Amino acid sequence: SKTSSSLVGAVGSVLNRSKIDEEMYEELEDILIGADVGVNTTLEIVDRLRREVKERKVKEPAELQPILSEILADLLRGEDGQQGMNIQAEGLTVILFVGVNGVGKTTTIGKLANKYKREGKKVILAAGDTFRAGAIEQLEVWGERVGVDVIRHQAGSDPAAVVFDGIQAARARGADILLCDTAGRLQNKVNLMEELKKVHRVVKREIPDAPHETLLVLDATTGQNALQQAKIFSEAVDVSGIVLTKLDGTAKGGIVIAIRHELGLPVKWVGLGEKVDDLQEFDPDQYIHALFQQEIEKAEE
Amino acid sequence: MAFEGLSERLQSALQKLRGKGKVSEADVKEAMREVRLALLEADVNYKVVKDFIAKVRERAVGQEVLKSLTPGQQVIKVVNEELTRLMGGEQSKLELKSKPSVIMMVGLQGAGKTTTTGKLAHYLSKKQNRRPLLVAADVYRPAAIRQLEVLGEQIGLPVFSLGDKENPVRIAEEGVARAKEEGHDVVLIDTAGRLHIDENMMDELKAIREKVKPDEILLVVDAMTGQDAVNVAESFNRELELTGVVLTKLDGDTRGGAALSVKAVTDRPVKFAGMGEKVDALEPFHPDRMASRILGMGDVLTLIEKA
Ligand SMILES: Nc1nc2c(ncn2[C@@H]2O[C@H](COP(=O)(O)OP(=O)(O)OP(=O)(O)O)[C@@H](O)[C@H]2O)c(=O)[nH]1
Ligand SMILES: Nc1nc2c(ncn2[C@@H]2O[C@H](COP(=O)(O)OP(=O)(O)OP(=O)(O)O)[C@@H](O)[C@H]2O)c(=O)[nH]1
Ligand SMILES: [Mg+2]
Ligand SMILES: [Mg+2]
Repeated sequence: SKTSSSLVGAVGSVLNRSKIDEEMYEELEDILIGADVGVNTTLEIVDRLRREVKERKVKEPAELQPILSEILADLLRGEDGQQGMNIQAEGLTVILFVGVNGVGKTTTIGKLANKYKREGKKVILAAGDTFRAGAIEQLEVWGERVGVDVIRHQAGSDPAAVVFDGIQAARARGADILLCDTAGRLQNKVNLMEELKKVHRVVKREIPDAPHETLLVLDATTGQNALQQAKIFSEAVDVSGIVLTKLDGTAKGGIVIAIRHELGLPVKWVGLGEKVDDLQEFDPDQYIHALFQQEIEKAEE
Repeated sequence: MAFEGLSERLQSALQKLRGKGKVSEADVKEAMREVRLALLEADVNYKVVKDFIAKVRERAVGQEVLKSLTPGQQVIKVVNEELTRLMGGEQSKLELKSKPSVIMMVGLQGAGKTTTTGKLAHYLSKKQNRRPLLVAADVYRPAAIRQLEVLGEQIGLPVFSLGDKENPVRIAEEGVARAKEEGHDVVLIDTAGRLHIDENMMDELKAIREKVKPDEILLVVDAMTGQDAVNVAESFNRELELTGVVLTKLDGDTRGGAALSVKAVTDRPVKFAGMGEKVDALEPFHPDRMASRILGMGDVLTLIEKA
């Protein structure tokens, strides 16, 4: 497959050595840590690799590549494999977007609205960020771009009330999908997390099995704090999946491996730019390939 | 806090040294391993960590630690001193010399440029009696101009814009001309977020710089940034010759190791810290406090005092 062959290149350059030795493992550690995988997960990956090397009596660095690929894919896919979006076949699907400041929540809503609209679904947006300057207008621009309605209140009003109205409007207009924006908030702000819980409660009160998805948006540029974000947002509003944005830069967002492994949260979408089409379903193999992209390029030079 | 502090880690690593009387190089090596892990967990770039560890090890293996009766505390002391030195030691101020003096805000998407533009203008008008003009030169992000205008209303300062159909270079240039006409002594230019690898967008910033000759070009960096901070800071600095850095979202619970990475690769001082979303949540940056924060060592200073 594409992944294993790319890893051949990757590991070939990483390890570009005649034998499996300490230095090689250290270099591999650096690559993983440099991709924001984090110390603990990196050590675990490298430990697993060492064990496999011992058990399978691997001698040649070339034989390591499929093993490493297996380990990473295993961590990223989890036990239940890759999960798609929980979209209701009948009736309204409510999707709530949460996350810290500036990660790409509003932009992702614009992109996803476009995707579902193209699939022939009726989409409505709820402007649940009533706090940040210009946030409502930003979502409205996206609504116009994509051609979907935006339910809004005034700046400074109660976000739970906006989302409540969003649900009523979606029902009244027979919408298939309601995408709810929320203000960015740092996970250590207790009041703001309480406000988010209230939004979540209001959705649940209206539709018991909603929100059908609660997506935590993470910026790939973020380091180890992303794990903390995932933990605390999950505790507050029962996150169902991750959107990893800004992967079009040079950051790798490797912390999602730890998030999947430790919290069981799957990545569902990746953001690859600021345009409406720059959103893709997450593909673990492609992601692993990209983790080693630079190493591959170095090897090819 | 998500991580245990370096002090506790060093304590346990050095526990066994107690009563040993003498510390060996192997002991120091073990302690350095803990320092390395603590810095990596705080998101300091791994290459920066390597250089740092080499420096500290040299000092530690030298006279200071090996001969000490309290090697644990001595190691912490050396680490803290080196880190504070690397962070820049003294607090750095803005250098606003020209009339009007132009400040350009640059950085990745979502870092906090627009918010910081508002905060900094507020700070300059309140704390330094300046008359700022804000210039809306982000024509790309939906409602970016509106965002700056709302901030301008909140702080009671004027915002110059030509809508989103104009070239940002021209907007910046005309903004500065307007400031001259109307007697503003400082102009803050909000630019669109961009990736450091986007050549066209980086060229746009260079063109703005050529036209408006800013006194300050501030890179706005999210304190939660991970390993990539070095690439971002290095590229922006190479293309634009930054004069300083603003670290945002320090009101979060991140260790903020990116601060050290950025300082190490650009040698530009962090001048301000963003401490919240409101317009008054901006503070001058304290390098020494940042060093302690990165190491998670609120209690370390007391430990050192005991040493
Ligand atoms: N390069 C790149 N930029 C992105 C991506 N997703 C979003 N952005 C940009 O990141 C910035 C912040 O995006 P927003 O959608 O406003 O983020 P947010 O999470 O809604 O921000 P707040 O509401 O302020 O918390 C904008 O400039 C977006 O254009 C992506 O995948 N790649
Ligand atoms: N908690 C906190 N939030 C901040 C801070 N600075 C900025 N923000 C928030 O971060 C988000 C992004 O800020 P912006 O000012 O829009 O960032 P930007 O760099 O202008 O974004 P683009 O123009 O899209 O590139 C907003 O939700 C801000 O309210 C800070 O110091 N602390
Ligand atoms: Mg938003
Ligand atoms: Mg902006």
